[in-house]
Amino acid sequence: MTDLSVDLGFLKLRNPVIAASGTFGYGLEFKPFVDLDKLGGIIVKGLYYEPRPGNPPPRLAETPSGLLNAIGLQGIGVRAFCDKVLPKLSRVKAPIIVNVCGETDEEYLAVIEFLNADNRIAAYELNISCPNIREAGRCPALNPESTHALVKLAKKMARRPLITKLSPNVTDIVSVALAAEEGGSDAVSLINTLLAMAVDVETRRPRLANVTGGLSGPAVKPVALRMVHQVASRLKIPVIGMGGIMTGRDALEFLIVGARAVEVGTANFVDPGASLRIVGEIEEFCRERQIGRVEDMIGTLKTV
Amino acid sequence: MLKDPCALIVGKETWGDFCLLTLHSPKIARGAAPGQFLMVRVNDQPYPLLRRPFSIHDRQKNRLMIFFSKAGAGTALLAARNPGEALDIVGPLGKGFRLGGRKTAGRTAFLVGGGRGIAPMSFLARELRARGVRTRIFYGGRTESHLPLLPGLVEQESDIFVSTDDGSLGYRGFICPMLERELARWLAVPRRGRASAARRPEIFACGPEAMMKGVAEVAARYRVRAQFSLESVMGCGMGACWGCVKKIKRAGTDEWVKICEEGPVFKDTEIVWEES
Repeated sequence: MTDLSVDLGFLKLRNPVIAASGTFGYGLEFKPFVDLDKLGGIIVKGLYYEPRPGNPPPRLAETPSGLLNAIGLQGIGVRAFCDKVLPKLSRVKAPIIVNVCGETDEEYLAVIEFLNADNRIAAYELNISCPNIREAGRCPALNPESTHALVKLAKKMARRPLITKLSPNVTDIVSVALAAEEGGSDAVSLINTLLAMAVDVETRRPRLANVTGGLSGPAVKPVALRMVHQVASRLKIPVIGMGGIMTGRDALEFLIVGARAVEVGTANFVDPGASLRIVGEIEEFCRERQIGRVEDMIGTLKTV
Repeated sequence: MLKDPCALIVGKETWGDFCLLTLHSPKIARGAAPGQFLMVRVNDQPYPLLRRPFSIHDRQKNRLMIFFSKAGAGTALLAARNPGEALDIVGPLGKGFRLGGRKTAGRTAFLVGGGRGIAPMSFLARELRARGVRTRIFYGGRTESHLPLLPGLVEQESDIFVSTDDGSLGYRGFICPMLERELARWLAVPRRGRASAARRPEIFACGPEAMMKGVAEVAARYRVRAQFSLESVMGCGMGACWGCVKKIKRAGTDEWVKICEEGPVFKDTEIVWEES
């Protein structure tokens, strides 16, 4: 038996596979396909304080081995989430992590303050990196100063551990990750989607109504892996890796370069059972090689 | 809602760009209702990444059928699959057509299918007739060769109206003027007998957006109710990605509503048609 548990310090997970925000709905959608109790964690779709209408369609465009999206964080808001969704998730054994969004610093803090009252939530993932909200993909995660300032405020407000979700749309990911760490974040997760676009040559229109969107899926995995490697090499706090993970072997690549856990995103769309399948594949890989603890894989990249 | 990673292709018919696949998938077939859909992986490669949504064309005991046309890379790959191979499918998904309760017997339904939008109509017609509803099918396409399901429909249905844009078969022109003509005729005939038989027909439509918008206008002019099966690019088909939204009237405001979860079938009174 392989011990699949991983310790983030502030949270112990039964396995390293977490369902990524924005790809797993509010969790309940996947009940017919996944025993939610068996996941390492569930990060629910990003929540603003108020319900949000989201972007006009088309919101999705498929590209080679990738998916472009510009959903615009349509959602039900914190109040409806706590009243209607959380009660149905309360018996799920996997920790429920809420992805926290805001148009302004005040809104981020209002969301955290509201959720602080609910002890069914295990941690917050601070979404400072969605590319589809402001013009040209602007978000706080694009520079170390705004990241540091927002993380510091959020950490002060949060009564639960804070994971800061980083954007890959930067020149120097390490400096932004360090800023999150210095701001007091308990962990970082990366990468959010890559700012991207696609064009229909017949109509000469962008394939997304929002013109630009975020790219995810297997196409982004090598970029994600490089960034996780760079960040994990420099930070003391745990790193949660994501970007195009479709299989257990993909997940193991992220653990080897230093991620303590992984998030599975776009794969959930392709295969609604992907998250648990990946847990099984990690276990099988370790068992076949007599690796007793999956933690023994973390940060074991051999560069010489 | 189930995943069947091994739905065996047991039948295939093709006509030019159109394709009809029959799949053996007992559990999903058992739960299927007209207007619901499947999410199908067209191959087991990383590209195309996403599943493709297909309306359930028909169900026969343990079998499901999908009818589609080659519209892009994904559907072209699916059309190249052959009997004996297995497909990974998820379904049945979404809410299908509302078939009505006990008071539907004796009523009349006009089923309107444009192009590949004919897909759910024979399944729907059969289920409606099982509830005592009289069905009349309108099938339109660009030209005669774009109506491949017509011979099969003729075997099952007694009341079919056909239109082609070029007049190569049936009514010459779009399906909407033909529908309007027949609706006006139906309404002009005085009807006696059971109250339900005298009630105005209901329209069930599926096809290109412009056609459905036209059908909605006809329905509004003649004050008949209508249901529409909408189409969209979909990421997951099960409500998780929020990618497939259309504008729908909800409690006084218009909202972007996921058609995979709350549709794909919506009532005429709910849909906000896009300006063309």
